[in-house]
Amino acid sequence: MAKSPTHHIPWGALGPWLALLGACIFFATQSDRFLTGGNLSLILQQVMVVGVIAIGQTLIILTAGIDLSCGMVMALGSIIMSKFATELGLPVPVAILCGIGVTTLFGLLNGLLVTRIKLPPFIVTLGTLNIAFAITQLYSSSQTITDLPAGLTGLGTTFAIGNAEVAWGSVLMVALYALAWFVLRETGAGRHIYAVGNNAEATRLVGIPTQRVLLGVYVAAGVLYGIASLLSVARTGVGDPNAGQTENLDAITAVVLGGTSLFGGRGVVLGSLIGVLIVGVFRNGLTLMGVSSIYQVLVTGVLVILAVAADQLSRRGAR
Amino acid sequence: MNVVANPKIVMQAKGLVKRYGHVTALDGVDFELREGEILAVIGDNGAGKSSLIKALSGATIPDEGEILLDGAPVHFRNPLDARRAGIETVYQDLAVAPAMTIYENLFLGRELRRPGFLGSVLRMLDKKKMLVESMARMQDLKVGIQSMTQAVETLSGGQRQCVAVARSAAFARHVVIMDEPTAALGVKEGNMVLELIRRVRDRGLPVVLISHNMPHVFEVADRIHVARLGKRAAVLNPKKISMSDTVAVMTGAMTADQLPAEAHA
Repeated sequence: MAKSPTHHIPWGALGPWLALLGACIFFATQSDRFLTGGNLSLILQQVMVVGVIAIGQTLIILTAGIDLSCGMVMALGSIIMSKFATELGLPVPVAILCGIGVTTLFGLLNGLLVTRIKLPPFIVTLGTLNIAFAITQLYSSSQTITDLPAGLTGLGTTFAIGNAEVAWGSVLMVALYALAWFVLRETGAGRHIYAVGNNAEATRLVGIPTQRVLLGVYVAAGVLYGIASLLSVARTGVGDPNAGQTENLDAITAVVLGGTSLFGGRGVVLGSLIGVLIVGVFRNGLTLMGVSSIYQVLVTGVLVILAVAADQLSRRGAR
Repeated sequence: MNVVANPKIVMQAKGLVKRYGHVTALDGVDFELREGEILAVIGDNGAGKSSLIKALSGATIPDEGEILLDGAPVHFRNPLDARRAGIETVYQDLAVAPAMTIYENLFLGRELRRPGFLGSVLRMLDKKKMLVESMARMQDLKVGIQSMTQAVETLSGGQRQCVAVARSAAFARHVVIMDEPTAALGVKEGNMVLELIRRVRDRGLPVVLISHNMPHVFEVADRIHVARLGKRAAVLNPKKISMSDTVAVMTGAMTADQLPAEAHA
């Protein structure tokens, strides 16, 4: 029963890297433009929104939960920001804070329903997914909001490294990953998130307030979705009521591709960044190959099933 | 143990009553745990064994009666209160976080932070110190696990339970309560945990051991508290009574006053 205590890197942790490498090699052989600095920095810009959402999603999945509402909550946040800054004429920082405030409230709502009423996260967030979507459409009258003040789109501006243009938003995304990595790995709060996902009852019995940990995770995810809202507005330059629809599933796909177990308690947040890049590389590469976008949806669907199957099979092997 | 004239009483309960609707789970039960002993608590299902333990560990609040710790009355509103008072509980179902390392499990909920700015502001954990202390603790209890950085899921069931017992022993200041710690284990693994329980006692912590397993009880217990019908039927000396007589008292086939005087403890 007891395995010898070996310390080599398990294949599970290497898998995402190999998948990313394989995808890059494949697309490099299919398109001359794929490996250019310009294209690679474009991928980084394309994934910054889903990348930040995936951090929140990772936190929640680590507690053995799931958030189906992430993309829609992000879209609502970006509509609030753009409308408040244009129609209401609020100063940009206030508009941004209002947007992040609304996504945080949605995180709080998800968290309260999960911890207080003990509803399954799947059902709770399926509900808030629809609520956020409806509010977004109603409040925006399904109209795209244009002519945004420059302050709102600042994170979409780029600076040059060599001949590659890097967006400030991409830098923010990487910084947020570093922060999440630090908190999860080096602090007690981070280890408690893992503990709750591992064995919630045992965690409660040693005196850790598990409900507070869970609530904190959902609220933190809400804040991250708000930051993603700002990145979405900055990247597209508009408040788009139809944003977030691909990000919703892409974020979950990325987390699972990155090796975080849907059963909770196992995974690393940097894996999610790799997962986000895998999804981004596939979307970008298929576009360069001239493959229609509906096939990209198909590929994402296949990817998520493969990743979950790999997780399930490796867990069965471990037993 | 029984030659000591007046061993100190570490934990005591007097006349505990607990009712659930029409059911009286505890009907004025008394309880006494002495310094340096393993006290086994046995009883049929519904005898009030688990209600008693829940009251002692803070998991339920008794309706009547009082609990004394080192002679002073205590009122536990939840398990955390009991833990703060120095009472640790080990549960039967291997209460560990499987994907986390041994040292993380040992320090779960009591993580050590780094000194200075790194700890107080950045909230960074002192992993090195936790590793070193885990190693010392496990060696002290002679738990033969080499690496504190392996995930608990790589351990056998008995080793996992040893981790849980070691965690409780490390943080308990007064009492360790073990609720069926060997129930989920095989023979060899169970013996490993029993051995560890003895070592915990020998290091000065009194142990309350709840068990259905009579051979285990007779192997390690210094005294046996027999719960029956919500009361304490007897406290027996395992060295002076047979296993079958003990079971007879437990089931009510024999009353305590039918036993010879030396069987009582």
